[in-house]
Amino acid sequence: MHATITTAVGSGRRVFRWRVVDIVVAAVLAVVAGLVFWVWDQASNPVGAPITAALPGLQGIINGPWLFAGVLGGLVVRKPGAALFTELVAATVSALIGTQWGPLTLLSGLVQGAGAELVFALVLYARWNWLVALLAGAGAGVGESVLDLLVWYPGAKASFAVVYAAGTIVSGAVIGGLGSWAIVRGLARTGALSRFGAGREVSERV
Amino acid sequence: MTFTQPLRSTRLASVNPVAKLGAASTIAIVLLASIDQVSAGVALVVECVLLGFLRFPLGAALLRVSPILVAAVLAGLTTLLYGQSSGRVYAHWWLVEVSDGSIRLAIATALRILAVGIPAVLLFLTVDPTDLADSLAQVLRLPARFVLGALAAFRLLGLFAEDWRALGYARRARGIAGRGAVRRSLGQAFTLFVLSIRRASSLATAMEARGFGSSARRTWARPSRFTARDWLVLGIGVLVAALAVAVSVLTGSWRFVIG
Amino acid sequence: MTGRTRFQQRPAGIHAAGWGWRHAGRAAWAVRGLDLDVQPGERILLLGGSGSGKSTLLGGIAGVLGGDDDGESEGRLLLDGEAPSAVRGRAGLVLQDPETQTVLARVGDDVAFACENIGVPREQIWPRVRAALDAVRLDVDLSHATSALSGGQKQRLALAGILAMQPGVLLLDEPTANLDPDGVVEVRDAVASALEATGATLIVVEHRVDVWLELVDRVVVLDGAGGVLADGAPDRVFDDSARELRAAGVWLPHRSAPARREPTAQGAALLSGEGLTVARPRGPRIPVGDITVRAGTALALTGVNGAGKSTLALALGGLLPPVSGTLTASEELRAGLGASPFAWRSSALVSRIGSVFQNPEHQFVAATVRDELAVGPRAAGIRRRQTDAVIDDVLARLRLDSLARANPFTLSGGQKRRLSVATAIVTAPRMLVLDEPTFGQDAVTWGELVGLLAELRDGGSALVCATHDEELVRVLAAQRRELTAGAPLVGAA
Repeated sequence: MHATITTAVGSGRRVFRWRVVDIVVAAVLAVVAGLVFWVWDQASNPVGAPITAALPGLQGIINGPWLFAGVLGGLVVRKPGAALFTELVAATVSALIGTQWGPLTLLSGLVQGAGAELVFALVLYARWNWLVALLAGAGAGVGESVLDLLVWYPGAKASFAVVYAAGTIVSGAVIGGLGSWAIVRGLARTGALSRFGAGREVSERV
Repeated sequence: MTFTQPLRSTRLASVNPVAKLGAASTIAIVLLASIDQVSAGVALVVECVLLGFLRFPLGAALLRVSPILVAAVLAGLTTLLYGQSSGRVYAHWWLVEVSDGSIRLAIATALRILAVGIPAVLLFLTVDPTDLADSLAQVLRLPARFVLGALAAFRLLGLFAEDWRALGYARRARGIAGRGAVRRSLGQAFTLFVLSIRRASSLATAMEARGFGSSARRTWARPSRFTARDWLVLGIGVLVAALAVAVSVLTGSWRFVIG
Repeated sequence: MTGRTRFQQRPAGIHAAGWGWRHAGRAAWAVRGLDLDVQPGERILLLGGSGSGKSTLLGGIAGVLGGDDDGESEGRLLLDGEAPSAVRGRAGLVLQDPETQTVLARVGDDVAFACENIGVPREQIWPRVRAALDAVRLDVDLSHATSALSGGQKQRLALAGILAMQPGVLLLDEPTANLDPDGVVEVRDAVASALEATGATLIVVEHRVDVWLELVDRVVVLDGAGGVLADGAPDRVFDDSARELRAAGVWLPHRSAPARREPTAQGAALLSGEGLTVARPRGPRIPVGDITVRAGTALALTGVNGAGKSTLALALGGLLPPVSGTLTASEELRAGLGASPFAWRSSALVSRIGSVFQNPEHQFVAATVRDELAVGPRAAGIRRRQTDAVIDDVLARLRLDSLARANPFTLSGGQKRRLSVATAIVTAPRMLVLDEPTFGQDAVTWGELVGLLAELRDGGSALVCATHDEELVRVLAAQRRELTAGAPLVGAA
């Protein structure tokens, strides 16, 4: 039986050096994210793809699920570089198990991770609430839209580009940002995050 | 999981992963800088010739490359419908506008994706994760703790796939497999996260128990060196990129992607 | 094999004076006021109930508990006279889960990992690797895939990885808990052989003590408050502290074996398979032949690892389709549906056949224990008021009522196991399929579970257990069905 207290021992101080458990958990979150991407990819109807290809920029909205890995890593580990590292590893896993875009996903991961990382850096790695998560998801979305518009749709009209970017950023903020935040809250309640600050904030006496 | 097994039978398998990464990245950066049919087309042709020389197992290669073929065609389709229009307009309906300009852009987009993506996918096909980690840490000098931590986590992938299957069976046994496939998948994904974090904490302790993460200076049991062959591969990558750019500039079709 | 001569490390001694550790975020100290002295070369069996701090102590000696971020310590704990984190490599720790101790994909690389971490020069690494593999008698190629090893082999691989560091003390935290009987013996022999080769100090934590008794010369028991309860020669400790040890779930040696529970009545056949062959998707085919599950009896599926026990269990549970042959449910079981369980809808399956999985966590779908139990009845369409009464009854029966609002993942191992069984029986299925239900259990949880299963069987349910626990088979007086990788053998009785 576990008993937890509401104030964590030695809390308040921000530690920036990564412990081994930080590295491995961030990497594992990324691996699971990569696996989930792959499953989702297989399941999402291949026949539907030509239809989304014909949308005038609205396909940005389905980009959300690709954007959650970095925010999730950042919210759990809470150290500099977490979002970037998690996204890069998730992208590498995707590339190694052969999702659609192969190693172009590496570039994707780098840019999405940087977008989320930037937001976490702007709040000095001190705030981890739902708003920061939302903004980090949006940041990842910004990075992703810029990349996609350069790589996949460079010849597109301005109107398409604007709609696409807007869709990506919104879905990044909602699914990538708020979604990750909700996942982390749920994980904390299961006690899986007991070695992390995120887990110690949610306390329950059993 | 067989899709994580790299192809060892090709000659590319023993080339240093960083060299392959460097070659693919060079081609990518250079080709992505412009949107025109010539640079992409030239690069694609040269790549196919080179791949022919290397005698790749065609079946496996086609299988791995097919998703990017599809993706390239679809991106081309989108550009065809929504590309910047110029020249004669063939169809105009709501936001869709098919024109000479958009056709050219569509072809260029598709070729570009293929020229960047095909070599990258096939090069990655021959990379062994442990070799990749060794070379990233020894050649590129990325921090060893992060690279090896990621490698160890990657090894758990097969385990997670088994977990996923078991979770599926369990949900059927609990009576909730019938309704809401999306909701069920989300629930399964969440549980997989919980299980995986537990395994990760356990793995981290096991790694630390073997001295990982301590301040002692690390040695390497498997040296990763950059040999002449690796420089050759990297050089070929640079050459292909240079050739593509040169031909494109000389024929005047180079067009910067921004602006 | 000449590897034995190449180990040169000195055995290490351990000294603890008033040592305590509290994990960050917890109110209670895991260990407190511990005084312990271990001489170099001693071999100790460490016992105690769950929560008595055994794993924490081993973690402290190995220096893996972490720094200020992870908790606080008090008192002194010294390894060879120094702080453990300063002498990483002097203590080697082997944990209980074979899967999460393998770090790299090839056997040789995995063993070399520890050497790389502590900075051993490359020319010394591979000879050490070979010597370590010899010492644990793991006779595979250096390039053999680690994922292709059995549980016992993986644990021996982990031990080899530790030995390559040439540590002065071997710390083993329930190394055989997740292994089948063959694996247990393999690992014990490997440890014995390693001790012979190195002369290192040994501290081993285990529930099942008979396996280790001949290897250790001292037993230390920790109590719930975090200090030492008993310390001395094995016989004396087992005599003096038998009561506390039994309460802590330790399997005492020479204990009286639990009584066999004969079935009260044998009922009709509920599920029959004819000419059955089963297989997992893309897995090997397992020929089964004919098989019958009867109400009021227990059927044990036995066989070595990989023989297909779990696969057959999944098929009998209606979760895998038969590859060939038929699996037919009787009128009583099918209650108005088709004959093949695999074709039944999930919401119909849950009230007819219950399944309990090897890892209880695979089954958890809700956020509280109570909600967990409500999932099945709701899916089966049973009305709310009836459900509440049934849930309360099941909670009480399995002693989970005080945990009704806890998150299932925060429960202890034994509680999770009880909860997973509870979720399967709350819809009152006629048949229950269990995959390794007694895996890794301590004596107390084992007793409870077996008692519950016997009750269910006597109440008229049919039990199918895929297991390698001979005690379970005996106590439940189960009919045995042995699976081998080749042709099916006819079941006894």
